[in-house]
Order: sequence, then structure tokens, then C-alpha cells
Amino acid sequence: MAHRLRARAELLRRVRSFLDARGVMEVCTPVLSRAAGTDPAIEPLQTRYTGPEHPRGVDLYLQTSPEFPMKRLLAEGSGPIYQLAQVFRDGEYGPRHNPEFSMLEWYRPGFDHHQLMGEVADLVNHCLEEQWDVEKIAYVDLFLEHLGFHPLDADLATLRAVAREQGLLVENLADRDQWLDLFMSMVIEPRLGRNRLTFVYDYPASQASLARLNPRNSRLASRFELYFRGVELANGFHELTDAAEQRRRFEEENRQRERKGQRRLPLDENLLAAMDAGLPDCAGVALGLDRLLMLKLNASCLDDVLSFSLKNA
Amino acid sequence: MATYSTNEFRGGLKLLLDGDPCVIIENEFVKPGKGQAFNRVKLRNLKTGRVLEKTFKSGESVEAADVMDRDLQYLYNDGEYWYFMDNESFEQYQADAHAMGDAVKWIKDQDVCNVTLWNNQPILVEAPNFVVLEITDTDPGLKGDTSGGGGKPATLETGAVVRVPLFVQIGEKIKVDTRKGEYISRAKD
Repeated sequence: MAHRLRARAELLRRVRSFLDARGVMEVCTPVLSRAAGTDPAIEPLQTRYTGPEHPRGVDLYLQTSPEFPMKRLLAEGSGPIYQLAQVFRDGEYGPRHNPEFSMLEWYRPGFDHHQLMGEVADLVNHCLEEQWDVEKIAYVDLFLEHLGFHPLDADLATLRAVAREQGLLVENLADRDQWLDLFMSMVIEPRLGRNRLTFVYDYPASQASLARLNPRNSRLASRFELYFRGVELANGFHELTDAAEQRRRFEEENRQRERKGQRRLPLDENLLAAMDAGLPDCAGVALGLDRLLMLKLNASCLDDVLSFSLKNA
Repeated sequence: MATYSTNEFRGGLKLLLDGDPCVIIENEFVKPGKGQAFNRVKLRNLKTGRVLEKTFKSGESVEAADVMDRDLQYLYNDGEYWYFMDNESFEQYQADAHAMGDAVKWIKDQDVCNVTLWNNQPILVEAPNFVVLEITDTDPGLKGDTSGGGGKPATLETGAVVRVPLFVQIGEKIKVDTRKGEYISRAKD
């Protein structure tokens, strides 16, 4: 107990000293918002405030990441910023999930996602007190190498056949992205980041609603993920700055939510207004701090590194 | 038709898959940060005994297997079937060798077993976790060693063979953990 508390305190010190030394400013933004992210794969928790300003009460969402308010700060000219935030997601509990977890998120004006990958690797090595080698592989090449098919071009019959070959019994997968998520989670991810930091980059555009499209291939988006020892550790984007395009994607996600029987969520009009006023060209990343601590301590699940998890919070 | 959502999955839950009753052995929640959540589930098919892995989209519902667990008393074996009785209703059931599985190695008349019934037929019989059985054969020559290292094979009255310490002799009764097939202690009775 005392050991893991000290290890977390040390990890937080290392994060702050690394980013402070690089001139990235720590900020705090609200946990509660009237708006929510619309990503159909992320379900926010909801609460309600009643009192001055809202005598009849107002529905508020707990943040699933501090991304939207931090982008508003960037649009106001904050410069490079980071935040250590508690974030909340409904429906997620398992060895690597807890409905409430610690996220480190930071933004770098003027960086693209490749420059930010370099900084993420430096920060992770600094936090782990190691010098792991870094490997970068494009999402398309990853699927060609591990499973022998092109993730955007292969037809669904091929995906089904490969799943059978891999011994994956599954039914009712509706679209390509669900199949790709299946292969990523069950087959590829466990093999990534063995004795190195593995970055996967240039994801299908359909899996990156906050990232800009690859200027050379609009089927790909400038998104990356970091994997270490088979664990997904961070997700980053070369951020989309076009407010109209962002609104179009949010609305499309809300339509997807409705098709899947999920509720529509209120768009963050404050974010869209800030983007309209001018979000600087920047790259940003979110990193799961509890997972990083789990890996540093060689623990097998998040419950082992949280002071109290869902089971006893 | 009763169903279970993936959120209810846990070890021991019984599902109907492709018409066969299956029991969950392990269930793990897996989800990419920005993608579809899955439950990776390891199951045992209760009819065939085979273990399979299956992946479900989180949030899906799966039909529950209409199975019941009952404590039934073992009566006798006629060479083909093993007969059990419900001590309250006096209803009798016959289990085939497949349903018996490893339980045949451990049970004697009168033992009460957990029996899984599907459509009122036994499909899985579990021996009690601990049984007391008499040793019918073991090498009597090995004596005097009480250190607990080594050991020797001993045949029990049901025909099962377990490793026992050297000091245990023919005619003695021992307590056995049926899940591991391991000797626990000499039984005092």
C-alpha cells in the first residue's frame, strides 16, 4: 500500500518536472460540463446541478477527457499546456479499466503528431526511469504485417475468414471498424511494445473524429497510439482545427449513436465557437497514468495501483 | 426466454450457445480507448466438455441456458449409467459416463454430488470437493520416512490412484481434494 502510494507520488513529480522543464504550463479545467463528447465508443456519466444560476436544475456531464476545455484555452492563446485530470467513463471496468481514472493530457502548438510522438516517448522513458527503444509503424502496415490483409481495402468476407483462422468466435459485428477493433484488441495489441515503445500512426479516418486528415490520403487521419508491453497507453492527434468540419463530425457521431440505440449528446458549442475563432495548429495527446503506473510496478491490473477502485470506492 | 447481458457475465454463469449449454470459466472486459468494447469469454460446453473461447460485443445479450444445479445422492452404477436421487422429491436421475467425467474416480454410494440438470437430464456431475476413501493397495515396504518428501502411489476403493506419504498404509482412510486429485491427510474416524 505505502509502496504504491509513493510510486504514484513519484510518477506525478516526474511528469510535472519533465513538462515544466519544457515550458509546458499546468492548467485546471472543469470536470463538469453541459456538453459531452459524441464518440459512440465513449459513454459519459451524467449528474445534475440545482441552485443559483439553475433553479430548475441542469444536466451536467462528467468529463471523459479534458480535451474540449483545453482546446478553448489554446484558442485563447495559452501556449503549450498540460493537465493531470480525473476522467470518467460509463460501462468500463476490467483489468485495464476503471470508470474513473487519471489522465495526463497535453498540447503542443506548432507540433505535428510525429513530433509529439517523440516527446511522448521521452516522457514515458523519463517516468519509467528507462531508455526503451522507439518503434513506429503505420496502422495499415501493422495489419499487413500481423494479419496479412489491408485494413481499408479487404472485404468483410476476408475479415471474417481471418477471424476464423485466428480462432476468434464472434457474431453480430456490424461494420469494418468493429472488425478492426476486434483484431487490434485480441490479436495485435498483446504483441505490441515488447521491450520497446511502439507507436502506431495514421489510423482510418473513421476512427479519429478529432484529428485532421492525412493531407496525402484522406482515408487516413493523423492519429497515433502508444503501446507498451501489450497495453494501450496513449492516444494523440494532429488536431483538427476546422470548426465546420468538427461540427459535421459531431453530428455524424450523434447519428451513429442514434442508429446504435444510444442517446444523442449535446455538442460543445463553446468548443466549436473557440475553434471558429481560431484554434492554433497543434498536436495533443492523452496518456493513461494509472496504466503507466501499473506497468512501472509490474502490476497485473489497475485495481492493484489505484488507492480504491470501483470495487471499494 | 431469459437472457444475460455481457455486464452480468461472471464465472459460473450458464449460457446457451449454438443450442448447447455452456458455463463461463473466465470473462475479461477488453476495450480500445476509442473503439468497440468486447468481452473475451472462456467457456466449457457442458455437453461435450470442450473448452472454447468466444468474443462478445459488450452490451449484447445472450440466451441463458435453462439449467439447474441440484444436490443429489449417488445410489449405484449398473455398468452403463450412474443413478442419483433427489432426497426431497425421491425423483431419480441417470447420468452417462460423459456427464460423470472425473467424478467417477471419487464417489461412493451415499455421496451427495452437485449435479447440473439440463432439460431435466444430468449433464455434469461434480464430486464433493473433499472425500474420504479407503486405501486398497499401496506398497507396504516403504516405511519409516515421515519427512513428507517423495511419497508413493496408493489405489483407493473407487479405483482412483493418488500419491500419499510413505507412512500411509493399506486399510487406512484418507481425505482427498477431488479438484486437484491430491492427498490431504489421514482421516480420523
